[in-house]
Amino acid sequence: MGVSGALRRTTRWTADHAPWSSWAWRSTAFTAAGVPMALPAVAAFVFFKAAPFTLLVLLGLTPLLTRLQRSRFRELLEQEIPAVSYGDRPLRPGALLARLRSESTWRQYGYHLLLSPLAAIGGALTVLAWACGFAAATVYGWLWLLPLDTGGTGWTRRYDTVTVLGCLLLLATPWLAAALARLDSFAAAALLGPSRAKELARRVEDLAVSRAGVLDAADLERRRIERDLHDGAQQRLVALAMNLGIARATLTDLPPEAKAVIDEAHREAKEAIEELNSLVRGLHPAVLEDRGLDAALSGIAARAPLPVELTVELERRPGPTVEAVAYFVVSEALANVAKHAKASRCHVDARRDGDLLRITVTDDGVGGADPAGGTGLVGLRKRVGSVDGTILINSPSGGPTVVTVELPCGL
Amino acid sequence: MRAVIAEDSVLLRIGLVKVLEMAGFEVAAETGDAEGLLAAVAEHEPDLALVDVRMPPGFTDEGVRAALMIRRQWPGTSVLLLSQYVEERYAADLLAGQDGGIGYLLKQRVADVEEFIDAVRRVAAGGTALDPQVVSQLLLRRGGIDPLERLTPREREVLALMAEGRSNAGIAAQLVVGESAVAKHINNILAKLDLPQADGDHRRVLAVLRFLDGAS
Repeated sequence: MGVSGALRRTTRWTADHAPWSSWAWRSTAFTAAGVPMALPAVAAFVFFKAAPFTLLVLLGLTPLLTRLQRSRFRELLEQEIPAVSYGDRPLRPGALLARLRSESTWRQYGYHLLLSPLAAIGGALTVLAWACGFAAATVYGWLWLLPLDTGGTGWTRRYDTVTVLGCLLLLATPWLAAALARLDSFAAAALLGPSRAKELARRVEDLAVSRAGVLDAADLERRRIERDLHDGAQQRLVALAMNLGIARATLTDLPPEAKAVIDEAHREAKEAIEELNSLVRGLHPAVLEDRGLDAALSGIAARAPLPVELTVELERRPGPTVEAVAYFVVSEALANVAKHAKASRCHVDARRDGDLLRITVTDDGVGGADPAGGTGLVGLRKRVGSVDGTILINSPSGGPTVVTVELPCGL
Repeated sequence: MRAVIAEDSVLLRIGLVKVLEMAGFEVAAETGDAEGLLAAVAEHEPDLALVDVRMPPGFTDEGVRAALMIRRQWPGTSVLLLSQYVEERYAADLLAGQDGGIGYLLKQRVADVEEFIDAVRRVAAGGTALDPQVVSQLLLRRGGIDPLERLTPREREVLALMAEGRSNAGIAAQLVVGESAVAKHINNILAKLDLPQADGDHRRVLAVLRFLDGAS
């Protein structure tokens, strides 16, 4: 079984790499197709006297040549060489200059000027090798066909050897073509495609854009939930509480047990409204969208269980996502202060400094807030990180605690 | 007394009609958006318009804007705004240049029917009714940076109730003290805030609020 399997594999491998296999012909066609591609470069070398001019023409032809080469690689080798993106609108005068200064233009130029002629020489050699191999392997046929002058001496008369060498050459030529194709494709991937650093930069930019999209979508979703709750559950609860209130006010001759039940239900309904209100507020307050950060923050400051002094200085409004994060930061920080700091007062400062929104929350509490622990701080860090912001928590034991958050709003 | 109601939630609207009728109002029209409200006010010129802040189509501050328009065009119509949350900024907009006949309450205050009716009557009569949450926002925001520091805690309480639009008797009942004590506190407050005495409940509220607004 093992032996027959190995045998089968060997047979198949041999068949796959025979001189008439598709592999052999594909490599050959590919290397041969490199020959016309090198003509401009060859012309540049031949008309050496007019060197500056020909080199300039070659530079001008670079985009076309690159395109042709990409199609050669794609069609004959099934290798995709990613196109270099030069940004938008190539016909602006500035874009042409940028294109000339781009290092990828010069990498491509280098390929067309130096490597393409080398590849063409390889292609020509391959074709030659096929021709010689074929001619040598069939030398007896030629002898039979042509009236030969048999007067020669030496190796030219050792026709057996020539035939064997021709066959060997035929067997070896596909490998030569494959090796050339391999080398060419390495060079092309390195020189014709976009550079790795640039490609990474582009990927990072793509990722940043898609992340911003995700954040905006999440923000939109929060707003939608807020609206749904506002127009649904909250209104119903208010109507319920109101009806219970009306019942309480009008049904005065009820037995005391029934009255107590109504009172209880009334109280519960009002508490439920409070709870729902604070929940919905955490999502995305309508006033934030409507009147901006200043108004929204003064709302949270007023609801905080301790005196909060608030200063907001924004000459321009940041984007909605940054505003939402800033709102969340202050709301969460004040909740933390109220829960843990044992502070008697708190100061919130939000100001925009160019493209940076800086928020400082200072309290006079006991300090010792640990940025590593505490789910509140972790959530804060994550939310700030989501817009590439930074958070700094300075909280020595004994206080005071200063939380500084910086959010970029340039995007 | 006649009233119009603008509230997009049908459930709530039905309840509000009931409460207003309990308060002795005749409900001339009900509508679900700001446009309908302005049309209804133009048609009926009621004593009171009860208005939801968030209404179609934008669901932001349509009610506030409609309220300002009503107060400008039909000074005889008082406006009581209802909102899910009270925002000091909306209150500041409403109070700027107003002379009473305006109220701004949390929606859930409707549940305490008697108190709500009280506020409705006060506003319809040309007074003010501000939600305690708005008042506390206004007071806290200015806390620690101005003459409000000089007030005693009791005087702050009185100021807050004053800002809500209550009369001396109302404040006295709320704090369980005599009316003369309230009057004395108020004199002290006005003196400490350098505000001249003025007659009428709402004018002194506005004086206080203008002072608060100006301090920012």
